[in-house]
Amino acid sequence: MDTQAPAFQLLGDNHGESSLVLSGDWVQGHGSGNFDALQSELLLRHPAKLMADGSSLGDWDSILMAFLLQCHNLCREEGIAFEARDMPEGVAQLLAVATAVETHQPPVESRGSLLASINPVHLLHKVSGNLQESLGFLGEVTIALSRLLAGKANTRFSDFKEFCYQAGPDAFAIISLISVLVGMILAYLGAVQLQQFGAEVYVADLVVIGMLREMGVLMTAIVMAGRTGAAYAAQLGTMQTNEEIDAITTMGISPIEFLVLPRMLALIVVMPLLVIYADLLGIVGGGIVAGGMGISPVQYITQSEGALSFTHVAVGLLKSLVFAILIAIAGCRSSINSGRSSAAVGQAATEAVVTAIVYLIVADAAINIIFQQVGI
Amino acid sequence: MADATGGTQLQAHIEIRDLTMAYGSFVIQRDLSFNVNHGDIFVIMGGSGCGKSTLLKHMLGLISPRIGDILYSGISFTRAGDSEKEAMRQRWGITYQSGGLFSAMTLAENVTLPLQLYTRYNSAEIVEIVAYKLALVGLAGYQNYYPAEISGGMRKRAALARAIALDPEILFFDEPSAGLDPISSRLLDELIVQLKESIGATVVMVTHELPSIFDIATNSVYLDNITRTMIGYGNPVDLRDHSDQAVVRQFLTRSAATANEDSP
Repeated sequence: MDTQAPAFQLLGDNHGESSLVLSGDWVQGHGSGNFDALQSELLLRHPAKLMADGSSLGDWDSILMAFLLQCHNLCREEGIAFEARDMPEGVAQLLAVATAVETHQPPVESRGSLLASINPVHLLHKVSGNLQESLGFLGEVTIALSRLLAGKANTRFSDFKEFCYQAGPDAFAIISLISVLVGMILAYLGAVQLQQFGAEVYVADLVVIGMLREMGVLMTAIVMAGRTGAAYAAQLGTMQTNEEIDAITTMGISPIEFLVLPRMLALIVVMPLLVIYADLLGIVGGGIVAGGMGISPVQYITQSEGALSFTHVAVGLLKSLVFAILIAIAGCRSSINSGRSSAAVGQAATEAVVTAIVYLIVADAAINIIFQQVGI
Repeated sequence: MADATGGTQLQAHIEIRDLTMAYGSFVIQRDLSFNVNHGDIFVIMGGSGCGKSTLLKHMLGLISPRIGDILYSGISFTRAGDSEKEAMRQRWGITYQSGGLFSAMTLAENVTLPLQLYTRYNSAEIVEIVAYKLALVGLAGYQNYYPAEISGGMRKRAALARAIALDPEILFFDEPSAGLDPISSRLLDELIVQLKESIGATVVMVTHELPSIFDIATNSVYLDNITRTMIGYGNPVDLRDHSDQAVVRQFLTRSAATANEDSP
């Protein structure tokens, strides 16, 4: 290897013209000139003009150019005239291109620090802002819905059917698995406690009431938030990125009517049906466990019939409607106003699922408290 | 018509040999043979849907040829092993039609990525080189911007900064000036010529912007979407004035096309 390390020498008198003689091979793997040393020496001398001399330069690549650009920028800041002389072919031209446009000064903005993100006031502010936006969104959806009822909305029925299919039959497998398992878990949980009192047969009541009022609808809603809500967020976020939402808006079509309504209505139609299906499978799951504990199927069915009441079913179905609306709002709102990059789509999908689950749990708690107060 | 394969004294930088491109049973172009010489600004032109971008994707190795071969400096890319392909790709800079910038990364991070992967510069040097590459394309100071925060023309230039990060030997452009106003498009053309001359690269671009073609192209190939093969090869000005194919002359003079030129 007969390459030489890159080097430079600052020659010349104070306040007059200094020359910066560059030598050696300025290529990758050999380091670069020590710019900090040059800077301090240059600031000390502060010549009127700096002449970069390339007559004894060896090989060069981008590292030389980066160094020269730094020199050029420093000289401009300090009011020193900068000139490059005897540079290899290409260097002068590249330097001219690189310095043709002034350096852009980006506006100073404070990016959120980690501390700010865990600050409770900040968090509360964020959540309330989120809630406010969601309420505004719900308002827009309500207006769109009233236009739909008046027959004036641009909502395509074919879209609605497609979304119903995606949200409903496509979700059967996962809903089946989860409901059976949740029914079994409920039965086990109850059986262990009830056995102490010799009241195993009441496992059926526990499973029926638990599934109908609470677990069936909540587990279905959480699955739908992760499955359908996230899909909606990704679809709408990608549409925003592709300027499809802009195109819809400029065609005079409300994106809420065209994109959000069919998705929300599909969820509203499908959710109660899925919940009934989940309830049934949950009760079957409970029956499997009960059978294993010596309760005969006839006994289990009779006991279940006794526990079954219209109120429990109605409570579950009412919750399913509320949850469907919440999932659709969380899924669509975060993405329809999202940024226009692939990262923003991911962010919108995450936000959709997280917001939906928070809304679901909070709404479930609120509904339970209200029903308990009024004695339903 | 100039014969592409015969009689070159200098070794061509890129050779396309008897290339046939097809999706399934649908042949896009057949029997393409031409050379791109060192230092050329080579333009691939033709009507919409004739397979220009597909040809570029074949040259980039994103699609394998049905028949034929593509050689870089005499070495077959199609038959090269994975590590050879990797080494060849490192000598290319590519800008895609819509930029292809990583939207989750800032401009500085976009340009830094190839430097980190494929060079031995240390991180302080990389910061300075990134500043220099961005300055070359007129984006000095835009290091911390995301692609979504800048205009379309700036995105094209940022993509160019990433493409030249490794001082490539060949620069590929897919419709570099699509969607740009005439002035920006002209400035981009000038930038391409200046960069090409100073780093001594060969340029291959897909475009149908006539001003660009006549201003900067030194050689070109015309792909026809009726006969599905190349019907013009040479300097675009010569082709405009002397091509024996009426379609090529019409394309280059922007005269009203004959009815059979537009396929459905």
